[in-house]
Amino acid sequence: MTAEPSRILPVIDRDSEAYWTWGREGRLAIHRCGDCGYYVHPPVPFCPQCESRKVAPEAVSGRGRVVTFTVNHKAWVPRLPVPYVLALVGIDEQNDVRIPCNIVDCAPEDVTFGMAVEAVFEPSGDLWIPLFRPVQS
Amino acid sequence: MIRFAEKNTAITGVGMSDVSRGATGSALALTVDAAIEAIADAGLTRADIDGIATWPGERADGSGFSPVGCAALQDALRLEVNWYGGGGEAPGQYGAVFNAIGAIAAGLCRNVLIFRTMYEATARKTAYANSLLREGQRQAGPFSWYAPYYTYAAALQQALFFNLYVHKSGITPEQVGQIAVNQRRNAALNPKAIYKTPISLDDYLASPIIATPLRLYDCDVPIDGAAAIIVSRMDVARDLRNPPIRIEAIGSSMRYRNSWTQLAELDTQAQPRVAEMMWGRTDLKPADVDIAQLYDGFSFHTINWLENFGFCERYGAKDFIEGGRRIALDGDLPVNTGGGALSGGRLHAYGAVHEACTQLWGRAGARQVKGDPRICATSTSGGPLAGAMLLVRD
Repeated sequence: MTAEPSRILPVIDRDSEAYWTWGREGRLAIHRCGDCGYYVHPPVPFCPQCESRKVAPEAVSGRGRVVTFTVNHKAWVPRLPVPYVLALVGIDEQNDVRIPCNIVDCAPEDVTFGMAVEAVFEPSGDLWIPLFRPVQS
Repeated sequence: MIRFAEKNTAITGVGMSDVSRGATGSALALTVDAAIEAIADAGLTRADIDGIATWPGERADGSGFSPVGCAALQDALRLEVNWYGGGGEAPGQYGAVFNAIGAIAAGLCRNVLIFRTMYEATARKTAYANSLLREGQRQAGPFSWYAPYYTYAAALQQALFFNLYVHKSGITPEQVGQIAVNQRRNAALNPKAIYKTPISLDDYLASPIIATPLRLYDCDVPIDGAAAIIVSRMDVARDLRNPPIRIEAIGSSMRYRNSWTQLAELDTQAQPRVAEMMWGRTDLKPADVDIAQLYDGFSFHTINWLENFGFCERYGAKDFIEGGRRIALDGDLPVNTGGGALSGGRLHAYGAVHEACTQLWGRAGARQVKGDPRICATSTSGGPLAGAMLLVRD
């Protein structure tokens, strides 16, 4: 019996490293401008609002809302468990920061637009993959 | 009106190879077939071609997505050119056409050969080629943000956009299905189409869900094939054998965040401001358009474009396509008259521009739109990718 396909991991660089590793401490890292407070995602050490270079990863609440989602039914590769949900989540701190993710701990048919979700992290290789589940508290 | 550079260009010839679900010849052989046919159709010879353009250029990754680039075709045909260019960082698949317009405007070229080759039918017969992801390999670049989430195909990213569109517009599966049903009906009249057996709305509704709201019949069909067009400088075009199909206006802008995750208007994709740019470069209006060849990698792209080109209001496409009569060959706005990519085969917008010219030249045989169509809107799309052209035969 062969295992289910594993998650394909991203190549990380100095800009994206915090995003993919701070989950070890249960923190979702999003780059933020130290001068004007704007969240910059995907992470770039430049603020498009005020042109500051003082942009660095910062832990956010991990709370967000489902902007959109799809329930995938096709087994694209052998042994892929279906259905599963792919979603874009907008973080509570700044809704236009959108994070691709799977919605977990929730039946696919129960996912809705605008649903309140919170980040959880799954270790995979040397990285911690952000996922979201319905807010539980 | 300002003389925009595209107004000094015209399509003068088109070509298409055999289109199949499994070619007997190589990808390069198909490309040569399409190119030679286009050159001859324009009344030119190889010696007249002084530019080559393609999108997205050669990708030697075994996927069949773009197995032939400018260099391979140039060498196969032994062309001598003043300019060539192929690359994926462009406003959609017609980016190659926009580049050619620039090359002509710069005085570099008189006749540019533009082509697109797909070999995905053969590639997908291998183990993994229908997957964007490679087991055991790390994903770099913009797609890395999606990679860990089992995002194996563009269908999943696009389904994110389309599901939001369904949510906002209230369109029903019965309405969406009219796109697939209409195009299959048109494909039955197109000898080169892949799927010619008519489908009913019930067939559409019974087709498997890929990723909500996408059904199988919302997705284009991978093929082996190539299409080519010749874009010529207008003074050259006037002396050639076909009536010039003028490039009246283009939309090539990208005024949103250029991202598959952060794109501002997820449900309309990058199309609205591209259409706005195109209409800003012509005195023609949506009501002047006779036929439309709208990108249909997925049927929702076509639905998006009906609205974004202004053929109907925002979220009004559901009423526009209801029952399918308006978009039929004898309707107010015949759409994807050759069957499109859904039934004709995935030539990735170059099937669409080929069909546009075929109709405007009155060569479409059993599927020829009545009333001597002269004006065609055509488009490309996919998330942040979008491009548009308005084609006119005087």
